[in-house]
Amino acid sequence: MTETNHVGFRVERAGPLALLQDAGRFGVRRLGVTQGGPADLHGWAWANRLAGNPWAAAALEVTFGGLTLAAECDVTIAVAGADLGATLDNKPLPLWQRVNVGEGQILRFGSPVNGLRAYLAVAGGFYAEPVLGSVSCVSREGLGGFDGHGSKLAEGDRLTVSEKAGQPVAYTQLPEKERIDYREPATLALLPGAQVSDFTGASLYAAFNQAWRVDDRADRMGVRLTGPPLACRVTSMISEGIGLGAVQVPPDGQPIALLNDRQTIGGYPRLGALTPLSAARLAQCLPGQAVHLRATSTESALMAYRRFRHTFF
Amino acid sequence: MSANGQRLPRLEAAGLDGWLVRLFERIDEDNLAWISALARECEEAFGAALIDLVPSYTTLLVVFDPMQLTPAAARRYLSQRLGQLQSDKAALAGKVHELPTWYDPSVGPDLERVAKHAGLSVEQVIDCHASATYRVFALGFAPGFAFMGLLDERLEVPRLDTPRQRVPVNSVAITGRQTAAYPTATPGGWNILGRTAAKLFDREREGFSLLNVGDCVRFVPVGRDTFVSKGGDTTPVDET
Repeated sequence: MTETNHVGFRVERAGPLALLQDAGRFGVRRLGVTQGGPADLHGWAWANRLAGNPWAAAALEVTFGGLTLAAECDVTIAVAGADLGATLDNKPLPLWQRVNVGEGQILRFGSPVNGLRAYLAVAGGFYAEPVLGSVSCVSREGLGGFDGHGSKLAEGDRLTVSEKAGQPVAYTQLPEKERIDYREPATLALLPGAQVSDFTGASLYAAFNQAWRVDDRADRMGVRLTGPPLACRVTSMISEGIGLGAVQVPPDGQPIALLNDRQTIGGYPRLGALTPLSAARLAQCLPGQAVHLRATSTESALMAYRRFRHTFF
Repeated sequence: MSANGQRLPRLEAAGLDGWLVRLFERIDEDNLAWISALARECEEAFGAALIDLVPSYTTLLVVFDPMQLTPAAARRYLSQRLGQLQSDKAALAGKVHELPTWYDPSVGPDLERVAKHAGLSVEQVIDCHASATYRVFALGFAPGFAFMGLLDERLEVPRLDTPRQRVPVNSVAITGRQTAAYPTATPGGWNILGRTAAKLFDREREGFSLLNVGDCVRFVPVGRDTFVSKGGDTTPVDET
């Protein structure tokens, strides 16, 4: 496969947070290196698919908006995930579909209309030198991103696109019914974990029957949920490995769902873990939004995940 | 072995793609020999379906690809391997590292407070911290951040009430019966005693992290000049 890289976009305005994300950094968690990768797996995967890219291609995760890019050449893009009021030359940019962008055109992300994180994929994928096997940008660890050191995008940066042979394009747009309205109340599927029986009965009832509110203390490490506090008979444990979506409950009783940039080990008791698709759904919730937790079985979670992934082979 | 009245080792569900193998109840150096043996067995049993392994004090988190393996199949692999597990004594003969460390109030702002808390002089605190050999029990919190123990009981102090916004890179710190050196500048609540000149996490290095689970570590007190000659950064904590 021939591969040439060239500048695809120039950053006119960086916005609060735009991070390069491939599928994540794997095999190095034993060194204390976090997983990284797209907070909303669903939106990221569709942006890549619509741009004709394979599963693990690097796309740009734009949080809140505020990013302005100028195309430095003709490119094909797809934006999926949140509606951040994106425009192309001041005209609304259609989401969840392939769009051709000409050299000199201006792609601008505004502010959240529906959801929190938009994914910009470009045909061929964005290119950066992988660090520990991945280009996923984790600023806290100084790993990945366009410069390899986890730096945030800055005005004047140039974003490289790799020109790989694309996948056959099965979809040019995602049918309306497959798209997610992130403003709807979210029901998050949770696989109960080993410490679930350490919570009091009343707390377990409350966990799955009351509405939780997404707190503004939310980032790529974790999302805090607020509501009547949950009581656990165990307050802290010896630190152990924690997986994506783990819902830990510190002594204040307010759960924290752990996302892609979580620390690799931790010592709070856990209710269980959100399924990968529910963790992705939570990553699109704005502070103040209500969510419900619903216990699910491994079988149905596995079926849902495999159905989702098979779309992207 | 038992916890909550149940026999160990025990397999605990950790989401769709993981099993947490709980092998022990308490922290002990000998745990490493078993956890490391199990990690090796997992590499062999899971092959390409293995995504990650996260060893810690008493547990091993095994993360696999749910597209290649069902959680039930992964559980069977683990049960089989646990049934025939032999401890890996070689894991206890990890590398020995000597970390040149400058213990000074300018880079170790908690030295005096720890001394006061322990009823010792600053010199005695340094002697006490530097005279032990520590074992690396786990890596986590940040890339290459090694949780080491066990610290002498006399130096046992709690975390700071309010964590520092920024603990400078290479700070050597203690809390409870643990000690660590910060591979990157991060927020942190441990008590800082000094600073090492060693490069702890280096992505150009084979294996990346200087310290690995099972390794032994000694902190070797050095003066300012030696610290600087080994590449140490003398910028006081307040100014970093």
